[in-house]
Amino acid sequence: MNITRRQLLILLPAAAVAWESIIAGTPEASPNYNMTDHWWGMLMDVTKCIGCGSCVRACQLENQVPDGYFRTWIERYHVSDWEMEYPKVDSPDGGKTGFPPAREDGGKNFFVPKLCNHCVESPCTQVCPVGATFVSPDGVVLVDQKYCLGCRYCVQACPYGCRFINPATNTANKCTLCYHRITKGLTTACCEVCPTGTRQLADLKNPNDPIHAFLKTHSVQVLKPQMATRSKCFYYGLDGSVR
Amino acid sequence: MKSFKDAGHLFRLAAVFVAGLALFLIVRGFLVPRSFGQYGHYRGNAIGEIAALPVSYAGHQVCEGCHTDVLEVKSKGVHKAVACESCHGPLAKHADDPASVQPVKLDTAKLCVRCHEENLAKPKNFPQVASADHSGGAACDTCHKPHSPAMVAGGSQ
Amino acid sequence: MQIPVEGFMYPNEVELQWSVLIVLYPFLTGLVAGAFILASLERVFQVEAVKPTYRLALLTALAFLIVAPLPLQLHLGHPERSYEMYLTPHGSSAMAMFGFVYLWYLLAVLVLEIWLDYRHDIVVMSQSTTGWRQLVYRALTLGSSNISERSLHIDERAGWLITVIGIPSAFLLHGYVGFIFGSVKANPWWSSPLMPVVFLFSAMVSGIAVVMLLYMLMCRLRGETIDMRCVDTIAKYLFYTFIIDFSLEMLDLVHRIYEADESFRSLDFMVHSRLYFSHIVVQILMGTVVPIGLLALTQVVKLTEVQRKRTYVVAGCLTMIGIFAMRWNVVIGGQLFSKSFLGYTTYKMGFVAREGLLTAIILTILPFFILWALVKLLPPWPERHSVAISAAASGD
Repeated sequence: MNITRRQLLILLPAAAVAWESIIAGTPEASPNYNMTDHWWGMLMDVTKCIGCGSCVRACQLENQVPDGYFRTWIERYHVSDWEMEYPKVDSPDGGKTGFPPAREDGGKNFFVPKLCNHCVESPCTQVCPVGATFVSPDGVVLVDQKYCLGCRYCVQACPYGCRFINPATNTANKCTLCYHRITKGLTTACCEVCPTGTRQLADLKNPNDPIHAFLKTHSVQVLKPQMATRSKCFYYGLDGSVR
Repeated sequence: MKSFKDAGHLFRLAAVFVAGLALFLIVRGFLVPRSFGQYGHYRGNAIGEIAALPVSYAGHQVCEGCHTDVLEVKSKGVHKAVACESCHGPLAKHADDPASVQPVKLDTAKLCVRCHEENLAKPKNFPQVASADHSGGAACDTCHKPHSPAMVAGGSQ
Repeated sequence: MQIPVEGFMYPNEVELQWSVLIVLYPFLTGLVAGAFILASLERVFQVEAVKPTYRLALLTALAFLIVAPLPLQLHLGHPERSYEMYLTPHGSSAMAMFGFVYLWYLLAVLVLEIWLDYRHDIVVMSQSTTGWRQLVYRALTLGSSNISERSLHIDERAGWLITVIGIPSAFLLHGYVGFIFGSVKANPWWSSPLMPVVFLFSAMVSGIAVVMLLYMLMCRLRGETIDMRCVDTIAKYLFYTFIIDFSLEMLDLVHRIYEADESFRSLDFMVHSRLYFSHIVVQILMGTVVPIGLLALTQVVKLTEVQRKRTYVVAGCLTMIGIFAMRWNVVIGGQLFSKSFLGYTTYKMGFVAREGLLTAIILTILPFFILWALVKLLPPWPERHSVAISAAASGD
């Protein structure tokens, strides 16, 4: 099989163009906000939560969360006595419109707000087949709505149940830590409206952030530590019965 | 070589595979988004797209910029840590164009119980009442001023 | 649509994510892996007795492999973006890597092996048929009409090599599907190192059973006598594989019951309530214990040919139902309980819906139509082959 000079003259430029296409791609201009200066998390003081549902409502309004799905929700726990393995838990409509009267059998009752934990070793990111969900350089786990296939693997992989498929877009959806607000110097919608200071946005890279002093002086927990997801949502006052 | 002559069909097959692979790589070059891989295994532009989403809650600092009189009252009362939009709802549109977007007048009979209705699961030291017994259904602002609701001798401050 | 919930579930967990189509998908790829391994018994392990099913097993594998991506596409929120899995596969995602395992198996193993085995017949038919059929066969020859002794010998050697690579590839194909579930640490019903192995052995069981059933059916349809030596051997391999599969599943069960970790009480309750019929009755009793018993009977007691044929058919059909139930119990069962271990939800399966039962039924039947077309195009049996050639030569 001999290649003539003429054929080569045609083949080489064609190959060059093809090669260009293969390795091409200059990224478009990055946003102004400097991501590497921040490492976002949240601090949750469960002892202050009154289960008013303001956070759930605000999140829905701020982020157009469809009814029946939740980027954040509140759980109410009832622990009878010493039996920590089997609490009675309810979350009527995610706690959006508050809670009915609690059981009166002398047990312990409390509220626990939940949301995406923005894990550093996030299992949802690990399983995404195409790179539609990712941990941003400033520590927020986000979903690329234009790239997501809606395969639901990430929903299965999240140990905390914080992801869902938005029926309007057929893509994965979850708490974005109000990325569109925190990159403008605002706090998240849920933290803004929380009347008791239960929820507080935390920038772990900011040495002046109050979370650092808090972590030094209080015992905190993360949800499901055995999953080793390196969750960045820190709970103070979390009872052992919380799932 | 003699053995290769009889393996000609295998070479043709290999050529088909190589051609397929080359075609795939070329098509891939066109289809992969430009910003993919910029920061990691994802489309870099997605970050900017998410950051550009519209804001619905203005944030209490914005409210306080104009409503200094309310801030004056509120900062002396027990609701000083409660954000404006916690009760008044999302008002970024109002903050952008105060004249054309007016906040809705709130019905305290329904609003206040969301936080203050008595419930065993609420922290013991949090002010809560059984509203039916407490006010007999009357609106809360009959007696309490929402911006500074604590009652002192002689009426609400 | 109100979904009944018992106990507490995280609010986003109430609706199931993966439907009956995702149950169907491992079932179909399992048949592929199993059919291929049966074919490789003859090719690599020189089990002469199963030779009559060799080509049929390969075509069966191909028919099911072609249909396998369809339930996935129908399930995706954005099937038009599914090509992204090949463009920007995420290296840490088992699902992404599976796209390549699938492609490798389809192109580098199955298609190649079929082509090499059939090449002589393809070349002959490209010269003896006319019309559009001739065009198809000519395309398949890739322009080479060399069917000399030496070239066929080269094909034989190459085919043998491909089968040798193909066996671990088939293991990888279905083991990977098991890994997609087994690697999800958030779900204790799935998360287990045994999952890929259990999936693989149950795949082999279903694949062997389907080829056995298809062979017997096709002999009947063609009016041919069933080669009992062949079927007896296949049934024997089915029996041995089933024993291994059952042992693995029992091991998983016993281990769970013994360790009784945080998820155990919740899962145990689920198996005894919501999953009772599909797990205990269909999968274990009807789908495993009974077929193993029937097959054991044929090994121990001397039955007549007719009795054996009937036993194999019953055992084979029950096996297929049982393995489907196993997939159902893994996929659906894994989503019925809450990750808080405090509650259960319900699977509302539609009928005429994109991910409904009707769709699943159609997708299950579709491979048989494709197989029929493949059998017409690439006849597996010599007599049929010569009939096809003479029919084609007379201008069919």
